[in-house]
Formats: sequence, structure tokens, C-alpha cells
Amino acid sequence: MTVLEMRGVSKTYGQHAAQVHALRGVDLSVEAGAMVAVMGPSGSGKSTLLTIAGSLEDPTSGAVLVGGAALSGMSRNAKARLRRRTVGFVFQDFNLLPGLTAAENVALPLELDGLGAGKARTAGLQALDGLGLGERASRFPDELSGGERQRVAIARAVAGERRLLLADEPSGALDSVNAEAVMRLIHEACKRGVAAVVVTHDAQLASWADRVVFLRDGRIVDQTAPLAGPESLLVPGPSQ
Amino acid sequence: MSVRHALLALLSEGPKYGLQLREEFEARTGEVWPLNVGQVYTTLGRLERDGLVESDGTGDDGPQKGFRITADGEQELATWLRTPPDLASPPRDELVMKVLVALRVPGTDVQGVIQVHRKYLVQLMQQWTRIKEYEGESDLGLALVVDAELFRLDAVIRWLDAADGRLKRAAVEPPRPVPVGLPRLRRKVGVQR
Repeated sequence: MTVLEMRGVSKTYGQHAAQVHALRGVDLSVEAGAMVAVMGPSGSGKSTLLTIAGSLEDPTSGAVLVGGAALSGMSRNAKARLRRRTVGFVFQDFNLLPGLTAAENVALPLELDGLGAGKARTAGLQALDGLGLGERASRFPDELSGGERQRVAIARAVAGERRLLLADEPSGALDSVNAEAVMRLIHEACKRGVAAVVVTHDAQLASWADRVVFLRDGRIVDQTAPLAGPESLLVPGPSQ
Repeated sequence: MSVRHALLALLSEGPKYGLQLREEFEARTGEVWPLNVGQVYTTLGRLERDGLVESDGTGDDGPQKGFRITADGEQELATWLRTPPDLASPPRDELVMKVLVALRVPGTDVQGVIQVHRKYLVQLMQQWTRIKEYEGESDLGLALVVDAELFRLDAVIRWLDAADGRLKRAAVEPPRPVPVGLPRLRRKVGVQR
């Protein structure tokens, strides 16, 4: 099932001579359970692609469908509901609310969506448990390490019934061990059926994806071939 | 990859048979570098000739022939571990050559050439990452080897990205004149071992 579909999406900022074409005719489909990485240099349109996919910005032209529903026909409220229910965001700087504990940060979007406080808390704790953070649930963000904060942000992005995870340089500020842990978590969320789009300029992050698309000057210029099995890299030993 | 020193390292744990050395070498390097038995015995023969290992001397190089490290062998191993490999001279890298040549061949889409290589490298990294994902957590040797490969490939991609950025800038800004004295320095850095 296609969770995210972008068809001929373009985005232009400014007018006349000051016009900037951030995206030009982008087509992108992401199936349930797939992780797609979008690689490109600064200014290639990566972040714009993500904000449009997440309904935070409207495209100048083209269509975006999330879970089969076209964003163009939705009211502001309907888009906000979609973001609370279906779409999870992970940013480089975590974006956790400092006055809330880890569990409250994860439960908040569910509560805002109308789930009772008790149920929201249970779902939040469940998501934190799943990421090995059950014991840190009552800590505030400033009591957590960078790696733990990003795991809380991922728990928040996948808690409830979310189907689309949008991540912008999700391990940018982390060391390589924590960055790998973050990518493993996103990959595991995909195995449970979440569709993920990760934008990054970092090839090590992108290499966790099933498919890597290359963005340049707002256009998708290339993408990787379907993955060959890992065994193709390992030569059987003489004893085998 | 120094098979010679890897065998000395394995023998530093205690006496071993040739076949056993091969199996342990492969296991500890995540089975990424296969080693044939002939290579093991040839290397052991040279180590013995150089006085770095001793065998129990029971005839031919059969599976029952045992080897142990000598004091000189232990000294050699300790020295090797602390000797940095020669990374001072830039290697004659084929990919760097291809990009430099692409700049000179009329009508070549250099950025297109760069993208072909970038995609290939990312695909290789995806495969290594899969290996790490499935087996890296249970096999420390393999995880270290895979990390080394990922960082190496990543560095090449970063170089391609930097080259791409430089070309983009060079297309709008003409290169500045070379300051006096710099060409000699460049030639020196480029010297091969």
C-alpha cells in the first residue's frame, strides 16, 4: 500500500527575478514498510520536500497524497489532524518540550488528538519501552543524553497508529554509535509497517534505506537499484 | 592486510595448528577476507625461516603440524601493532583519476560522471549496512570490518560531493591565479612512494 505519493510536486518561493525553484516536478511514492532516503547537497530541496510531504507547506503545483487522501482538498484542521494521527516528524534538534517528561512528550500529540490522558500515557510508555527507554520515561529532556532525546523524539513520531515517519537529518548531532542506534530504530519501525522518508546529506544514514533518491536543484536526478542481498559482498571461504 | 602479522597475533595466544590458524583468522575478521590453506603454510614457512615462529617439526606441512611464536616473533608483533601504515603519500586513486580525466574530455557531463560513482558507492554501502544490521550485533570482528568499509566508502562519497560543489562554484567563478611558489609544493605532495 502506498502511504506517501507525490506527483509532479513543484515549489517556488519569491517572485519574478527573486524566484527560487525549491522543487521541480518531484514524483515520489513510498510504500508501507519502506524506508526511502533523500540525499542531496544543501539547497537541493530536501527539507522542502519533507515539509510538503508532511503538510506543513503547500506545493505550488502537483499533488500530495498521504494514505490515499489528497492534501490539496483538506482544511487546515484536517491537515492538523493528519499530522497528529498519521504523520510523525523527527528533526535534527529533537524538538522536545523542555517542561514535559519523556513520557509526556510522547503522549502529548495523542492527547491533543482526543485520546484520554490515561490511554495516551499508556501508548506513550509503550512506545518508549519499545525503544529501550521505559526506565527514563519520567525524566525531563535536559536529564537525557542526546541519543536518548532522539529516541524519545522517535517514540513520539511512531506512537499510536502513525503510518508515515518524516525525518530531517535525524542523527545529525549524534556520534556514530548513537546515529546507528537511531537508524536501527527507524528501520525497525519500517519493519512494523511504517513508511519512512529520511532526508540527509550523510551516506552512512542513507545506506540504511531500502531506496535512496538523489535530489539536485529541486529535481530527483537518480535513484539506487533495488538492493542485492548482503551475501553478494561476502566471498564463501575455501572450506565451504 | 598483513597475513604474516595476523598469524603471529593468533600464535601469541598459544601454539596452534595450520588449519586452526586459518579458521581463527577468518572468524576474527568477520569472514570478510578468505584465506586459503596454501597461503597459511607459505606464510608460516617464511615466519619459521625468519625465526619468528617454531614448528614441532613433525615432517610435512600436514594438519597435525603445530606452530608457536618465538620471543623474536613477539617483538616483531609488538613493533608492527604500533607502526602506522604508510598513509603519507596519496594513493593513485582510480576514481580521482576518472574525475580529473572527465574534466579534460570535451563534451563530458562531469557531474553526471560523479553521480554514476556516487550511486554505485551508496549501493555498496547499503549492502554493507544490511550485513551490519543482520549480523553486526553478534559478531564484533565483523562489525569492526564493516564499519571500516562504510567509513572508507563514505569518505569517497564525501570527496565526490566536495568535487561536485567545487565544480558548481568553478562554473560561476573563474579560478584565481596560482600564487607564486605553490606549484612546487603541489608536485611534492603528489610524489608516489
